[in-house]
Amino acid sequence: MLRLIPILFCFVIAIGAASPAKAAEGEHPPHLHWSFQGMFGSYDKAALQRGYKVYSQVCAACHSMDRVYYRNLTALGYSEAEVKAIAAGFTVTDGPNDEGDMFERPARPSDHMVNPFPNKEAAVYANNGAFPPDMSLLAKARHGGANYIFGVMTGYEEPPVDAELLPGQYWNRYMPGHVIAMAPPLSDGMVSYEDGSPETVAQYASDVAHFLSWASEPTLESRKRTGFKALLFLLVFAGVMYATKKKIWANAH
Amino acid sequence: MASGERASFKNPVVNWIDERLPVFTLMNKEYGVFPTPRNFNYFWNFGAIAMVMLVLMLVTGIVLAMHYTPHADHAFGSVERIMRDVNWGWMIRYLHMNGASFFFIAVYIHIFRGMYYGSYKKPRELLWIFGVLIFLLMMATAFMGYTLPWSQMGGWAATVITNLFSAIPLIGGPLVELLWGGFSVDNPTLNRFFALHYLLPFVIFAVVFLHVWALHITGSNNPLGIEPKGKQDTLPFHPYYTAKDTFGLSIFLILYLLVSFYAPNMFAHPDHFVEFNPMQTPPHIVPEWYFLPFYAILRAITFDIGIPFTEIVFIPAKLGGVIAMFGAVAMLFIMPWLDTHPVKSARFRPQYKLFLLLLVVDFLILGYVGMEPADAMLFGSIKLLYLGQLCTAYYFAYFIVILPWLSRTEKALPLPSSISEAVLNKHKAKPSPEAAA
Repeated sequence: MLRLIPILFCFVIAIGAASPAKAAEGEHPPHLHWSFQGMFGSYDKAALQRGYKVYSQVCAACHSMDRVYYRNLTALGYSEAEVKAIAAGFTVTDGPNDEGDMFERPARPSDHMVNPFPNKEAAVYANNGAFPPDMSLLAKARHGGANYIFGVMTGYEEPPVDAELLPGQYWNRYMPGHVIAMAPPLSDGMVSYEDGSPETVAQYASDVAHFLSWASEPTLESRKRTGFKALLFLLVFAGVMYATKKKIWANAH
Repeated sequence: MASGERASFKNPVVNWIDERLPVFTLMNKEYGVFPTPRNFNYFWNFGAIAMVMLVLMLVTGIVLAMHYTPHADHAFGSVERIMRDVNWGWMIRYLHMNGASFFFIAVYIHIFRGMYYGSYKKPRELLWIFGVLIFLLMMATAFMGYTLPWSQMGGWAATVITNLFSAIPLIGGPLVELLWGGFSVDNPTLNRFFALHYLLPFVIFAVVFLHVWALHITGSNNPLGIEPKGKQDTLPFHPYYTAKDTFGLSIFLILYLLVSFYAPNMFAHPDHFVEFNPMQTPPHIVPEWYFLPFYAILRAITFDIGIPFTEIVFIPAKLGGVIAMFGAVAMLFIMPWLDTHPVKSARFRPQYKLFLLLLVVDFLILGYVGMEPADAMLFGSIKLLYLGQLCTAYYFAYFIVILPWLSRTEKALPLPSSISEAVLNKHKAKPSPEAAA
């Protein structure tokens, strides 16, 4: 057993090293079960499509997502033709053309998702001085990830009596510091679902959190598949090496 | 290197080359028949493991550099492109990112092994010093690599750490400007950090070569800390230790891949996924976990050092912190001359063993203190800072007071007369499986 001490050492350091970073103020959001968790986890395509619908009809009014391209939407289960149609619904500025003029054209799958504002200043000006963050990496850029996004979407409350909020500020249970400049974005029935899923704030919140998790980590599924193969190989290899080592050392003791 | 006996090889091509450049003889001498103490335990795997990690970091790093753009406006975006659009880019990046952590895990265990079994003592002082130098170079490399994705955490960590150098009297200011290439952390900083981050691993590689060379002059230490006296005490490196190292390495790689593929952002703070904004300080700046104990030592010095009850200050708190942080590494360099006890292995030095294990606990507590905000409280009432100061005091006391004191006073347990005797006795004590059958 004593021989295993160095290996245990690795474990201890690795666990100690994974410092659970603390969220400044704000409550811990509820822990939901997500289909992409675990060793064989994968995204739920139906949830992704619903989440994209919520994003494009609600969030996209203020939040950009410019590291995600329309072509990436095939990962949600859309066909190439469908993606082309989705992209064509947006207009982008391109150019200059042969005459040196900029021109507008329908977006193509190779374009990134169109920004709601021409620049950051316009976004800040239109949003009461607060910048709506780009959503491409939001699920990774916040403690708690998908749970946090779900929490903020469902965590709007009446402020405590002693809290002083400025106009355009809202109270949110799970927001660090509790004060948020975004008005409650979701309400029951505001986005219509075709697959019969409940049209509630909780369902919208969980779908959009699912979608944003995909947006921040689109390679998750192939990562888990590759990891499984690599580990399987290494386990067999380690077993073979253990037997080899035993055999070689048999006459040395 | 050219002199000495040449081995003979059956393969005529190998023989032809070896006559002209005896690389095969060299490899055979240093890695084939190289006499190695027969009693290594699994702690002796970590040198080979660290070597593999270094090569892995070089290979993944070079591939990343092919796709990365070292410009303040494009760095963050190019990293995201690697993650999303470059074929297998996510894998290369996660292996590199977590590879740094696992390289440090291997090296910390390797250093602990050296301290526990007295591998820094005569005749291995220079070997040890090269090792500490590698550790120092690794820290510089890792710190600059942390900056390259140009995230909030990376950019601000660079700001905090480079600012430390401003505490140095006279040259501090110009030095910081030189590091920055300007008056704040900006594009020139990123450019030089990228250049140095690419350069330093090759410097590390060169020092590793010296480290291994020195090792092959003195030979390895072993868990008993007594030198081999003859053939009965050693085994040829191949196949005994090549097999054992490969097995140990594969277990280590399993842990490494488990993290890289299933919890790749375990070591990453959410502020790594927000682009660097020099106008907005994150609420809590933390360095990578492997720097946390040193970060705690830096922050433990909160007082000026001068003549008491006067306004004369020799060392302001900030400079004191910087000196303490670098001093903590410097202690390792001079360790061979602080501990002059003739017995190497902690197995035969119960007092040394106790104080060393305390140092490990102390170091882990320092890591915890470094992770917490500077004004954190312990159990809601005691300042965590005091714990950090206490642990810093023990860290330095261990090297400056305890080691020299133990060198003079500690009575060691009786040493076995030879490695082979100790190994054979151990196996005699247990009934052998053949006898049972």
